[in-house]
Amino acid sequence: MNFRPYSILLVFLVLFACKNNAHITSSPSEINGKRFPIDNTISPDPEIEDFIRPYSNHLNATLDSTLAYNPRNLNKSDGKLNTAIGNMMADLVMAQANPIFKSRTGFEIDMVLLNHGGIRSGIGEGAVTTRTGFKLMPFENEIVVAELSGKKMLELLNYLENAKIAHPISGLELKVDGNFKTISALIREEPINTEKTYFVATSDYLQQGGDSMNFFKNPSNLYKLDYKLRNAIIDHFKKVDTLKTSIDNRYIQIL
Amino acid sequence: MKRRNFIQQTAATGAFIGLGGLSLSFSKNNKKHITILHTNDVHSHIEPFGPNDSRNPNMGGVARRATLVEQIRAENPNTLLLDAGDIFQGTPYFNFYGGELEFKLMSKLKYDAATLGNHDFDNGLSGLLAQMPHAEFDFISSNYDFSNTILDGQTSRLKIFMKDGVKIGVFGIGIELNGLVNESLYKETKYLDPIEIATEITRILKTEQKCDLVICLSHLGYEYKNESKISDVLLAKKTKDIDLIIGGHTHTFLDKPTVLENLEGKKVLVNQVGCYGLYLGRIDFYLDNENNLNASGISIGV
Repeated sequence: MNFRPYSILLVFLVLFACKNNAHITSSPSEINGKRFPIDNTISPDPEIEDFIRPYSNHLNATLDSTLAYNPRNLNKSDGKLNTAIGNMMADLVMAQANPIFKSRTGFEIDMVLLNHGGIRSGIGEGAVTTRTGFKLMPFENEIVVAELSGKKMLELLNYLENAKIAHPISGLELKVDGNFKTISALIREEPINTEKTYFVATSDYLQQGGDSMNFFKNPSNLYKLDYKLRNAIIDHFKKVDTLKTSIDNRYIQIL
Repeated sequence: MKRRNFIQQTAATGAFIGLGGLSLSFSKNNKKHITILHTNDVHSHIEPFGPNDSRNPNMGGVARRATLVEQIRAENPNTLLLDAGDIFQGTPYFNFYGGELEFKLMSKLKYDAATLGNHDFDNGLSGLLAQMPHAEFDFISSNYDFSNTILDGQTSRLKIFMKDGVKIGVFGIGIELNGLVNESLYKETKYLDPIEIATEITRILKTEQKCDLVICLSHLGYEYKNESKISDVLLAKKTKDIDLIIGGHTHTFLDKPTVLENLEGKKVLVNQVGCYGLYLGRIDFYLDNENNLNASGISIGV
């Protein structure tokens, strides 16, 4: 066995030379692929769990602290063309974003339009927490204000006529007929004037054409408020003791 | 490396050299074995989904992934652990800690490299840069030019790993950010054409560096209805010398890798394991030292 250390050294030198000068390329002769589900048959690594724990404790304590009280279940299917939860969202965007917009531009937001699909959860009766805000709006969408021409405002109305769904609005009072065609559309109690422009608050997602809201593209002006929709929701929860919202007459069908 | 394995392998190499390049047929046990483990689009899913989750009950969780990865590494120490991007965004962990925990945990799991997904820009270049000190693994990005940004010098165009004498070249391809990410977040990051860059990088890895395996970490997305939109499937077909594309972005759940043919008619594997850390992908490569092995003769057990 005396030769072994020497031969290993020799082979090692040869290998070393190979790596640095003339690496011998080889090709795979056999390849196997599979995937493993990560499920509860795998026991978690205790060291990793211990590492996560302080982060999750802090997170959960913050997420679950009560901000407000909700007296009744709210969900986005409780109304035909306007819902209590959708009205709350559109109204809180108006209330939270307008002071910021006014202080930066001197203008006021005329109306808010969000999308029905963007109401990502209901709110159960009971404690309202930061987690409620995250469930309602899990995305990072920011509030923007688009200045729309009268022509684009008509496209907006046309979009709603075709959508036939309770897209949340605030600041706009809309009456439609049995075929969802607009009977009247009032902003500040006045019919929409096609010679004017209007400041419409929405999310950056919708402004960029999300949910096919193409009328938001290429607005006369676009103002980014650097204010996340979720943060506006959470700020609203912090401001109120009890969630007060209901279905009303802002967007109704006259049969 | 264990001493016994080392002696076995050096003895085999010695025999090969001694015979002066005569073709040898190695039994499977003597083949070099490289394992590639991969995730994509984990989206800040640190904890498993709860038992009442409507879509993925009791699935996922980083601590479980750690156990599985360690088991596989114990089986084969010649393992690389890779991620194809969108590490960030999807749970309040990201909103609260900005990605710190994601990077720290990936470091604890000893990830070797990751590429960047569009959501990794969600807190801007400064948000990403701020978390990079927590990452003890490389960010490989070949087609984002960060030279006019604060990320300049923070990522690698390519990286070569040596495992058991096998040279593994890895590069990274990201998706076009314009229209997908707010410009104020990615600033002056330049997006370069994936096929041009992949062609250039694979030439470096294969021809200059003589890598045995070439792996592309991609966040382009698996395939699109608009067939001209660049995707992993298109990248595989329009390039050469890539052995494996590990994809992301489209949250595509492949139960096994897709085998495609490249420009030269050689086989390319494309794999993607959905999202949220619900699955771990595994590809095993067995290599011998026959230089002229026809790649179309590879047995692919997928």
